[in-house]
Amino acid sequence: MFGPALIIFRETIEAALVISIVAAATRGVSRRTLMIVLGVLLGVLGSGVLAGLTETIADLAEGSGQELFNAAVLGIAVLMLSWHHVWMSSHGAELARDAKRVGVQVSEGATGLSAILILIALTVLREGAESVLFLHGMASGGSTSLTEVLGGGAIGLAGGVALGVLMYFGLMRIPLKWFFSVTGWLLVLLAAGLAGQMARFLIQADWLPSLISPVWDTSFILSADSLAGRILHALVGYEPSPSAMQMLFYVVTLGLILAAASLVKRHQASQKLMSAASSPAS
Amino acid sequence: MTKRLLVLVLGLLPLLSMAADEIKITIKDHKFTPAEVRVPAGQKVKLVIENQDATPEEFESHELNREKIIAPKSKAAIWIGPLKPGKYPFMGEFNQATAKGVVIAE
Repeated sequence: MFGPALIIFRETIEAALVISIVAAATRGVSRRTLMIVLGVLLGVLGSGVLAGLTETIADLAEGSGQELFNAAVLGIAVLMLSWHHVWMSSHGAELARDAKRVGVQVSEGATGLSAILILIALTVLREGAESVLFLHGMASGGSTSLTEVLGGGAIGLAGGVALGVLMYFGLMRIPLKWFFSVTGWLLVLLAAGLAGQMARFLIQADWLPSLISPVWDTSFILSADSLAGRILHALVGYEPSPSAMQMLFYVVTLGLILAAASLVKRHQASQKLMSAASSPAS
Repeated sequence: MTKRLLVLVLGLLPLLSMAADEIKITIKDHKFTPAEVRVPAGQKVKLVIENQDATPEEFESHELNREKIIAPKSKAAIWIGPLKPGKYPFMGEFNQATAKGVVIAE
């Protein structure tokens, strides 16, 4: 039972952390809980479907279909995170002010909400499909009983959920003054990390060169197998031995999101100034 | 005629070199065969892994920076390298006790 529990726990870490950060980052946004729950449900349903399609997808693109599919899913997730972060950075001040007043909620446009929904559904989908495949394989393998497989899976899932809950309440303890800049940075680093993973899949499919691989190797300090390594991988895209292409994707994504967010902020500030200047001072 | 044959042979040469870079690994009873894979250093190599078991396996190697699910009774391709000479262990994450192997680049 311990084996399946550990593997399912590892598969759920990333989804749990993404959900907890998004949940924290959207505090004060109306209907966000509904969107998160819907996203998880869609992701779980999709996992079952995707697990059933594994062979079909794997055979595409001369055996590299899985990599291309994962890269596409990660690419969309990066776009959703970026969109969301840019929106949040333009409303952060408003949210921080309103979060102090109980019951007052900022309504994020329908597009922003669907970004959350898609992001969470895709995150659950990716890790969920692997979990379904693994559990199904264990159960049909015959050496492990169904109760053992399901029990192990449930323990692993509970562990992942516990980690997410811990992260969420940890984040919520951050004073409001810094809260939205912390969650904003977490979202940006998350997006950059996912972009790095996307590059790795494209290299694995031979669609991109690795350039230099690895650029460095820190696995003797923090291995990717350790719990801390896995958590850091999910949070900020930590890789003990990254290739230059992965780093390029990471840095470019980081730069683009920050640039877009600051552009939107500056645009808003200049609009405020304009409207202040045009209204007659009476 | 000889000229045509020559063109044909020359035309097929790249295919031969491509075939040489493709390395087949089989998974059976949660074990990799061969468990020791020798590849040329400094160039890209395509691993074609065939899972003959009825259960899925996840090919994983932190040293190679690779990770891929291989569905039961199916084949999957993984590109690795270019590698520096050395040993790069890999394993089947779903059956870590038995599914172990190593890529040796030389």
